[in-house]
Amino acid sequence: MDAGRTQRLVEKIHTACEHLESVRLMEVCGTHTVSLFRSGVKSLLPECIKLISGPGCPVCVTSQGYIDAACELAQRDDVTICTYGDMVRVPGRSGSLELQRAGGAKIVVVYSARDALKFAREHPDRKVVFLAIGFETTTPATAGMILEARRLGVGNLFALAAHKLVVPVMEAMLSAGEVPLDGFLCPGHVSVIIGCDAYRDVAGKYGKPCVIAGFEPANMLEGILGLVRQVAEGRSEVENVYPQAVSTRGNPVAAQWVGQVFETSPAIWRAMGEIPSSGLDFRPEYRRFDALEQFDVKTGPDYEPAGCLCGQVIQGKADPSQCTLFAKSCTPVQPVGPCMVSSEGACAAWYKYNRAQS
Amino acid sequence: MTGKQVTDERIILAHGGGGESTRQLLSGHVLPKLANELLNPLTDSAVLDVPAGRICLTTDAYTVQPIVFPGGDIGRLAVCGTVNDLAVMGARPIALSLAMVLEEGLDLRTLDAIMDSIASAAKEASVPIATGDTKVVEHARGDGLTITTSGLGLIGDGVSPAMGRVGEGDAILVNGGIAEHGLAVMSAREGLGMETQLLSDVAPLAGLVAVLLESGCDVKFLRDPTRGGLAGVLADLAEGTSMSIEVREADIPLTPIARHMAELLGLDPLTVANEGKLLAVVAADDADKALAAMRDHPLGRSAAVIGSVTDASPPLVELVTRAGGRRIVQRPYGEELPRIC
Repeated sequence: MDAGRTQRLVEKIHTACEHLESVRLMEVCGTHTVSLFRSGVKSLLPECIKLISGPGCPVCVTSQGYIDAACELAQRDDVTICTYGDMVRVPGRSGSLELQRAGGAKIVVVYSARDALKFAREHPDRKVVFLAIGFETTTPATAGMILEARRLGVGNLFALAAHKLVVPVMEAMLSAGEVPLDGFLCPGHVSVIIGCDAYRDVAGKYGKPCVIAGFEPANMLEGILGLVRQVAEGRSEVENVYPQAVSTRGNPVAAQWVGQVFETSPAIWRAMGEIPSSGLDFRPEYRRFDALEQFDVKTGPDYEPAGCLCGQVIQGKADPSQCTLFAKSCTPVQPVGPCMVSSEGACAAWYKYNRAQS
Repeated sequence: MTGKQVTDERIILAHGGGGESTRQLLSGHVLPKLANELLNPLTDSAVLDVPAGRICLTTDAYTVQPIVFPGGDIGRLAVCGTVNDLAVMGARPIALSLAMVLEEGLDLRTLDAIMDSIASAAKEASVPIATGDTKVVEHARGDGLTITTSGLGLIGDGVSPAMGRVGEGDAILVNGGIAEHGLAVMSAREGLGMETQLLSDVAPLAGLVAVLLESGCDVKFLRDPTRGGLAGVLADLAEGTSMSIEVREADIPLTPIARHMAELLGLDPLTVANEGKLLAVVAADDADKALAAMRDHPLGRSAAVIGSVTDASPPLVELVTRAGGRRIVQRPYGEELPRIC
């Protein structure tokens, strides 16, 4: 990394902010939240820039009802749960999957949906349930897993699906208008899939600048510079500072896979309730992969652990430090809410990297 | 494959029965590779002549999946880990014990390869396996092979690295690229396909420590950053000394492949395990001399001064990032979990 280049970008951001009292920017995605802290970029910005973590940590936006359903499935003797690592420590009503595992439940951490398919093929005597959560970055992998399972005739693989879509939740937040925002730092990896055009309404209809950036420090600084300049000049456009990876229309193959297996549906978001067209449900011809239907399990109501502000944090309504549990009864060792569990969670990032919180 | 061949090529319960099969296992697969004058009498305990002075005693249990990983295996790990625990106390290892719990069904060729690497690691560290034991457990009850090693070491006169001696301004050095062991094992375990490019750093550090101690530097503290990574040791140091630590990301050795893989998995390389790394705290004036001594040793070619001890309050570990920003470094929670996207 060229330290001189980051230094020049920081100087340009300071210059662009000279006449701005306050700029409230939301980084939609948890990967940006963590990268901004871990790289130290956050510490280089002028005070007038407030970075707000948005609803883009896959584990954090998953409703408690889903966690409880996953735990219920894990308790079945014939079921093995395959899950991304972040999910195993989220506390539910009857403890976390980590606790269930200690009690004998079969829970396997996988790095991709493909690993779950492999596990199912190697263990034909087990009913394998993949916890399919995440945004557009992971959805094509789930769809690919299901298409491949169907092609191979794998009958023991299911998905407890709660995939979510980034742009509808951004629009829902803007419609609600409860959190004042001046612009969005949009996630590079999600945008590889959905393309720049996906943010057109956010910039046009809602008048909020959107800049798509990758996760390298200099690229994140370029994104922030683009946003600050748009705010200063009163523009609201979709700008792409990550053109080497992100195109106008996104990845058509990924879209085709996802469209084959899933259809857009309402989805329950933690603390935000049901948001129309913000999730994905199985198309009728793929329902046999739907764990909810196959095991007759219901995702119960969403609720917040007592005193936990995760629901507010993911909407940018509260900083982690405003939660009375933060760094006291809720720490990475003993997390109360998902934002402290996930490596992408805002609370975990504040706790791990922010000097002021120590 | 016939039943006889299976018996010939795999560990069976009879190998642990204490009878002829046990004797054949030991004489055919274990003892020839480890032969030395302390072990050869096969007495119930090894008898050592020890000069007057301070002795170090340590023990460690080793379990890793897979038991053979890129750059090493559980045997090399079990020797190096215990040697390193002695070395960072400033001790010269003089004897190791080796207890192996073998799982029924373990391929004897795997065992042979692991015995070879135990022997070669012990030779590298110039330490004999003085005594040992083997047990066999039923299939699916033993994780293939688990090993416990204990080690005895002698501490030389005037050598006393200890956290209490660390003071403001002291320099912090590390002997080479971090995070390689944890990432290599993770890559092998999960089939991430990086196995040919990323090898575990597992190595015995006693020789490197000896060179450093003999260089005349005032060595105040030594530690091998294993589980918990560099972050864990730095956090221990800040907590134990009630002083702050400032480290510079750009100076911390990290190969491009390790950096990219950690990024891919969403892991902070500072928190990933090492098995052949030495963190040394030396007096500020001795930093250059210590660096030169480390770089003279094969295990210290990429050594670097990565930071220093400061009196900033409250006592924290602070990282000056490559981008020129700052953030704190904390001890990781038990198991670092790769991110979802």
